[in-house]
Amino acid sequence: MRLEVDISSKAFTNAAGERHDVLRNIAFTLEQGEVGVLVGPSGCGKTTMLRILTGLDHDYRGRVSRPAALRIGMVFQEPRLLPWRSVEENVRLAAPKADEARLSALFDVLELSGHRAHFPGELSLGLARRVALARALAVDPDFLILDEPLASLDAALAARLRSQIATLLEGRATMTLLVTHNLDDAVRLGDRLFLLSARPARILHEVPIAKPRSARSAADIREAKDALAQLYAADG
Amino acid sequence: MRLLSVAVLIITWWIVSLYVGNTRLPPPSEVLEAMLNEAKSGALFVNLGATLARVALSFVLAMTLGTAIGYWMGRVRLADRLGDPWLILLLNLPALVVIVLAYIWAGLTEAAAIAAIAINKLPTAVVTLREGTRALDPALDEMASIFAFPRGKAFRHVVLPQLAPYVAAAARSGLALIWKIVLVAEYLGRPNGVGFEIGVAFQLFDIPLLLAYSLSFAVVVFAIETALVQPFEARLSRWRPRAA
Repeated sequence: MRLEVDISSKAFTNAAGERHDVLRNIAFTLEQGEVGVLVGPSGCGKTTMLRILTGLDHDYRGRVSRPAALRIGMVFQEPRLLPWRSVEENVRLAAPKADEARLSALFDVLELSGHRAHFPGELSLGLARRVALARALAVDPDFLILDEPLASLDAALAARLRSQIATLLEGRATMTLLVTHNLDDAVRLGDRLFLLSARPARILHEVPIAKPRSARSAADIREAKDALAQLYAADG
Repeated sequence: MRLLSVAVLIITWWIVSLYVGNTRLPPPSEVLEAMLNEAKSGALFVNLGATLARVALSFVLAMTLGTAIGYWMGRVRLADRLGDPWLILLLNLPALVVIVLAYIWAGLTEAAAIAAIAINKLPTAVVTLREGTRALDPALDEMASIFAFPRGKAFRHVVLPQLAPYVAAAARSGLALIWKIVLVAEYLGRPNGVGFEIGVAFQLFDIPLLLAYSLSFAVVVFAIETALVQPFEARLSRWRPRAA
């Protein structure tokens, strides 16, 4: 199973009738069990790209080949939970085939066991994100998409959720695509990083990280981040 | 508190009746007597029952059709374009015109009465539900589509809860409208019901009887509002965080 993306261009026409290019020459592949990271400045067109990859938007030039009947699990920037259903119902509705054992294991890792009966309106953003993550993983996805899953959380909370995500990704045969503007998240979680330019977005560099996630030391991470920062600086 | 306000109303009525005289405004006791007489003969319940049955039928008819058409017009632009002129026409057509035309075209029948009442309520339900459908959150639609919710499930768990407040609003305003119109329809062309009895009392200038029916009707409306409509609304909004 692999995902092949080759988008030559994607444009929007605004209300005044002007065309704006959002994406240009985006080509990459993602293998099973691999975590790809799209790193780019905010507003560069990452969310547009995700809409194409998930099949919500067909209006682009190029080709996206993915297996038929692909099970997608996605964590959106805003959690997008159903406010009128409890935490547990939100997860079960998306993943009707998940059994109790899998759900309680997930809720345990994400520290949500005590919140099953709560409504999303009663949760903090950090908790709601974790529910969204539980929902995305409960479907046992072939393709997991994380769109800025750590944005607007304070540093400590983000670090904890990041390590929970790392735990949950371990040993899964899932293709994962993480979208972030945070280099730290990118080098801690990713196997292969795609650095995007500002709008219209294209891939500036593809940077593989060979060392497995769990073996990366603080020094490795600093080194990788410095290397990335230099790449960015070189491009102006 | 409610009891107190009702008591104030009755006392005011009683004092006013002393001033203006029995023939114009009979005191509460006389109206109560007329009410009991009608209740004893059974006529009160027959007429109230007939009116309630008409209200229920035309309400269900108008809400079902109105919700379906409103949802459709909110989702499909072509349907909205085609339906809009009809909607504006129906919205502004006086209730009396609809009722009279229905009786002329379909005869003085039960079907004509119920259809006429339902047609009066229909356009407001359509407009409310169309607004509700337009306000559906596309982000949640996307979520349901990415997680491959089947159609029925998406409608039940994603769409319906968003429409519920609009359905409740349409039901509430629609019920109020129907309470008002049903009596006119009965007055003009039915041989029973509260509206018919009020017509009879009007022709005989029997003010106690007129007030007896009006008040019984008001009591029934009040009971249905508090016993059915309000608990239903509370249930629909139980997931919302409570206002402090």
